[in-house]
Amino acid sequence: MQGSLSDGRRLAVYLTASVPLALAGTALLAQGRNALPPAFAALIAFPLSLAATVLLLPVWYLCRALPVYETSVSRLVLTHAGGALLTGLAAAYLGHALARLLGGVRPGAGIEGAYAAQSAGVMVAGFLVYLLAVSFHYVLLGVDATRRAEQQSMELSVLAREAELRALRAQVHPHFLFNSLNSISALLTTEPVKAREMCVLLAEFFRKTLSLGEKPDVTLEEELAVARTYLAIEALRLGSRLSVQEGVQDAARVCRLPPLLLQPLVENAIRHGIATRPEGGVLRIEALTDGTRMRIRVENPFDPDAPHRPGVGVGLANVRRRLRAGYGERARVDAEKGADRFLVTISMPAEPVA
Amino acid sequence: MIRVLIVDDEAPARALLREMLSAETEVEIVGEAATGLEAVKTAAELKPDALFLDIEMPKLDGFEVLELLDPAIAVVFVTAYDNHALRAFDVHAVDYVLKPYRAERLREALARARARVGSRPEPALLARAARPAGEYARRVVVKDGAHIHVIPVDRLDYAQAQDDYVALRTEGKTLLKTQTLGSLEASLDPSLFVRVHRSYVVRIDRIRTLEPYGKNDHVAILTDGTRVPVSREGYARLRELLE
Repeated sequence: MQGSLSDGRRLAVYLTASVPLALAGTALLAQGRNALPPAFAALIAFPLSLAATVLLLPVWYLCRALPVYETSVSRLVLTHAGGALLTGLAAAYLGHALARLLGGVRPGAGIEGAYAAQSAGVMVAGFLVYLLAVSFHYVLLGVDATRRAEQQSMELSVLAREAELRALRAQVHPHFLFNSLNSISALLTTEPVKAREMCVLLAEFFRKTLSLGEKPDVTLEEELAVARTYLAIEALRLGSRLSVQEGVQDAARVCRLPPLLLQPLVENAIRHGIATRPEGGVLRIEALTDGTRMRIRVENPFDPDAPHRPGVGVGLANVRRRLRAGYGERARVDAEKGADRFLVTISMPAEPVA
Repeated sequence: MIRVLIVDDEAPARALLREMLSAETEVEIVGEAATGLEAVKTAAELKPDALFLDIEMPKLDGFEVLELLDPAIAVVFVTAYDNHALRAFDVHAVDYVLKPYRAERLREALARARARVGSRPEPALLARAARPAGEYARRVVVKDGAHIHVIPVDRLDYAQAQDDYVALRTEGKTLLKTQTLGSLEASLDPSLFVRVHRSYVVRIDRIRTLEPYGKNDHVAILTDGTRVPVSREGYARLRELLE
């Protein structure tokens, strides 16, 4: 039997229910005007209860075929009323057969007569036991459905997150590539050594980006290595306009980070910052940790009067989303825009890479 | 002989243009500029026939530079961004070259620029600052002698047509720009600016009150006290926007 009752524990609980049922049956048969002697009451009630629980097991299939919320009420009532009636009749008949058997063993004890007077009660009991079994099955089916739905929605959210991460990683700007290739084209005749250097840097950048993107998480140092390669390329394009300061604590270098989290911030700092200023400026990257939290800061100057460049805010929003996906409330990103300085601060748990 | 000015904020990119253009015959490179601002000033000074112009640059972008140039100057955009191409032709750039490029491609652009030298396009057409759908100007640039003013649209109170110019009113000053009021209106966000009169475009949040004037007309009193005539059509447009 698959589903509900394939689980051994559930089956045991279900079958154990026949014991209290039998005890209750015994008690009922052994009381009142037509009371049976307790021993005989038990001899009737126990086999009846066991038979009922075992024979009502397949009702699980019926319940599965008639889900509560998808079956019309009339159909549910008719089916299960019929089932209950049948069970009641069967119980009464079986009880009668048992009583006759016992009457044969001990004639003159009036067992058969006493039972006959109580057979209506047995029938009602059978009726109720059937309904109990049906409720039990429906509850278990409901629990299973909820569990399945939960699992499904969890799988869905994991899938969605993975897809999102893939898309985010693919966001290495093509313009960066085109501009870099143009620089190589420019340097080839006049400064071939620099041109070659740029080729190598570009290859390194793409190789590192690709390999980092495949990992679930990386160290800050790995992330900084990508940023350094990227900045070396930008330095060839921007010349003396770009200078970089790195203030990173050694303890922070081994901390865990989602891959390529820093990269869009560094790209923004160039594209919307340093590159908007004719005189360029200093890009500062800092990372500090106290052992439990890590703080990363990316700071750059920008020209407040610069023409609008498309893509403002996209990189930052992505960083926010990814940190929320990975850390929830435990991480935050703050962006501070001053008169001519832009500062992004990431605060997140400092965890070593597993 | 064609006299060209090279404009790009990246030194290697300028060097490449210089190298390739100097290899061509009948070309004189009159200078280089590293920002949009510098480009406009240098162009006014050296009067080149053509500009080879990058788009994303500090201070002024390529489109703003083109708006401020003498319309007789042929402009070739040279950029890594292909998403600006449509707009480039709307503003009458003679060509749009994508980085990186071959010498032949640049030669082609040069030929187009040569063909255009001296033929003044219609100023009304040239001034049409086409924007991608749903995107409007964030600022208006004006050249005032050697001075270049950049007016963010939230500081533009109103614009008035004056012959071949528009008079732009901003922060108590009036600046003249060679542009038609219609083309200026087209570049502005219609939810912020409204043509209230044949000769006036007003920033809506600058209107303090509307008063009847004469039999059919109205007059708008702006926050700085200026009275701007409102035509019947303008009044209808305003009511539609304010409702």
